[in-house]
Amino acid sequence: MAAYIIRRVFAAVLLLLVVSAVTFAIFFLVPRLGGQTLDSMAAQYVGKSPDPDVIAAVKKNLGLDQPLYLQYWHFIKGIVVGAEYQFGPDPVTCNAPCFGYSFKTHTEIWPQIVDRIPVTLSLAVGAAVIWVLSGVATGVVSALKRGSIFDRLSMGVALAGVSLPMFFTGLVVLAIFGNGEYVPFTENPLEWAGSLVLPWCTLALLYSALYARLTRAGMLETMGEDYIRTARAKGLKERKVVVKHGLRAALTPLVTIFGMDFALLLGGAVITERVFSFQGMGAMAINGVTTADLPKVMGVTLVAAFFIVLCNLLVDLVYAAIDPRVRLS
Amino acid sequence: MSEVDKKKSPARDASPGSVPAPRDASDDAKEFLSVRNLSVHFDTDDGLVKSVDGVSFDLKAGQTLGIVGESGSGKSVTSLGIMGLHTSERARIGGEIWLDGEELIGAGPERVRKLRGQKMAMIFQDPLSALHPYYSIGSQIVEAHRVHHKVDKKTAKKRAIEMLDRVGIPEPQRRYEDYPHQFSGGMRQRAMIAMALVNNPRLLIADEPTTALDVTVQAQILDLIRDLQKEFGSAVVMITHDLGVVAEIADSLLVMYAGRCVERGTAEEVFYQPQHPYTWGLLGSMPRIDREQTERLVPVKGSPPSLINVPSGCAFHPRCPYADVPADNITRTERPELKPAGDGEGHYSACHMTREQRDRIWTEEIAPKL
Ligand SMILES: Nc1ncnc2c1ncn2[C@@H]1O[C@H](COP(=O)(O)OP(=O)(O)OP(=O)(O)O)[C@@H](O)[C@H]1O
Ligand code: SF4
Ligand SMILES: [Mg+2]
Repeated sequence: MAAYIIRRVFAAVLLLLVVSAVTFAIFFLVPRLGGQTLDSMAAQYVGKSPDPDVIAAVKKNLGLDQPLYLQYWHFIKGIVVGAEYQFGPDPVTCNAPCFGYSFKTHTEIWPQIVDRIPVTLSLAVGAAVIWVLSGVATGVVSALKRGSIFDRLSMGVALAGVSLPMFFTGLVVLAIFGNGEYVPFTENPLEWAGSLVLPWCTLALLYSALYARLTRAGMLETMGEDYIRTARAKGLKERKVVVKHGLRAALTPLVTIFGMDFALLLGGAVITERVFSFQGMGAMAINGVTTADLPKVMGVTLVAAFFIVLCNLLVDLVYAAIDPRVRLS
Repeated sequence: MSEVDKKKSPARDASPGSVPAPRDASDDAKEFLSVRNLSVHFDTDDGLVKSVDGVSFDLKAGQTLGIVGESGSGKSVTSLGIMGLHTSERARIGGEIWLDGEELIGAGPERVRKLRGQKMAMIFQDPLSALHPYYSIGSQIVEAHRVHHKVDKKTAKKRAIEMLDRVGIPEPQRRYEDYPHQFSGGMRQRAMIAMALVNNPRLLIADEPTTALDVTVQAQILDLIRDLQKEFGSAVVMITHDLGVVAEIADSLLVMYAGRCVERGTAEEVFYQPQHPYTWGLLGSMPRIDREQTERLVPVKGSPPSLINVPSGCAFHPRCPYADVPADNITRTERPELKPAGDGEGHYSACHMTREQRDRIWTEEIAPKL
């Protein structure tokens, strides 16, 4: 098991490096391949006034004239030890971890991300708890009472839930209940939860519908397995047969799907944040795109990629904990 | 077929005709398991599947009943019925099952659950899929023990290791922690047997326990079951489509065709004086050590009948070479009842031919070719 963990962690770190290199290349190599000059690239970092001095400064600060591997090295170094930009009369310091500096708003990117992570995290965690509990419970009961009124009704609702776009449910919820403002957990936990209930439920509806269907399908399959018959042949109570022998196996494939869904949400629940005007990572990404603030977009992209790699690692570890065939092979 | 002779135990000689005619179970307290007119039908979209349709037999403690028949004849459905393991809402179960004086079909599911794994246990054909892949072998045996015994984990673990040792798993202390995928096929079946026997059940049903195993391992597993049966004195129902298997360990035999019993008797009777054309076919398809592989006779010609539209009259008639022997086409219009046949009092068969006709065909046409 220890060897397995070390292997997976090592692979995750490697993956992270690759992902950051690819992201870096998208922002600094692809434009050049697309025919942009260094000047036109530098110009993108400074609003609409093409002041040649400023452009030259940006070019130098970003090191656009240096070889690409050196640029990447400086970038990584900035994340670890911070960076300094010579901009105008005073040097600007970008503290570690430096995920870039916006020359448009004259702000560091990392503190903005740190500001927004709690919003996104609150949204994602709360919604995940709701959708996993409700989705799995509905799926199990549906599978066990296959063909019953409950099964038909909940699967009908689930189908609707999967098909309804977030804009629609979100806007309907907004129209009925009105909008609240996000309250940080540290300020007032109760109001924090209150401010999040609507976005949680809206977001969870979509996923719990999907999870109910997946759980139902998984349960129907595992409850037909030979080992379930063995469990019954031992004289186990049906409840134990279902939970200990059936559910555990049925939920395994769900772990992977959950890891992905959750990781993507941590990168920002773009539509939900938009509908409920929450200032999370998704909103930051949208903001970065609409104002053409490249460092902002890149920062969010990197953090989102980090979450995906992290969740992937966790999925691998959870898998190994559940299935001995993974851990012992 | 002298190899069968040699395997006979003294105990078997002492009780000739160990399967008596079906009668009221309360008549004879010594019968440990009495199945009366068992039927298991499944209500499917295509129609009613009559997987088991009126099967009766008796089994004493310490004895082994072999149930043989080709694929789809209803052997597994019968055994799952005894265990009360037909959970599908579409299963319709009828008849009576008496286990140690207690009727099971009318009993509540909770009562039958308590008997499962304790008084009656079952081992299955494919031990890899029958064991849960996520739990260690040891913990699965412990679980089986603790369902029926209020003991702490340590005691249960000791018991599980004892059982693993008893069924011949080397280093049981260490292998206790292993998972099913770390065991070989034969070891898995041994572990299954350990799990089934952990509560000293008095009835063991083995549903083709050796089919998924190598030939050499098959013999070991059969030996193990026979030894354990002697040790614990339990009744064993051995299900197989391989007559060679039952020849080795069964006291009595039940031949099934299309969900019904077509012949029943002691192992000797069925092997030496078989009274049904289907049994003749099975005997003919049995691989023999003293015969070249190439000479092996083909299995019974034709394919198993539909269980939804069972052939009229004798269900075997479309495949029976002797269907025209009984007069008046009766074979196609009237279902033959199970009647006393042969010399032993417990020897029954369901065929319209007269005893003379059957004896003549057996001695003149079939036996010389076997
Ligand atoms: N739940 C079910 N619903 C419908 N039909 C079923 C069900 N279970 C079994 N059957 C049918 O009952 C018949 C008898 O099946 P069974 O498993 O008892 O055969 P078997 O004698 O054990 O054969 P094998 O040697 O292949 O194990 C088969 O035709 C099977 O399709
Ligand atoms: S009743 Fe007729 S068809 Fe059936 S086994 Fe006897 S001879 Fe064959
Ligand atoms: Mg079977």
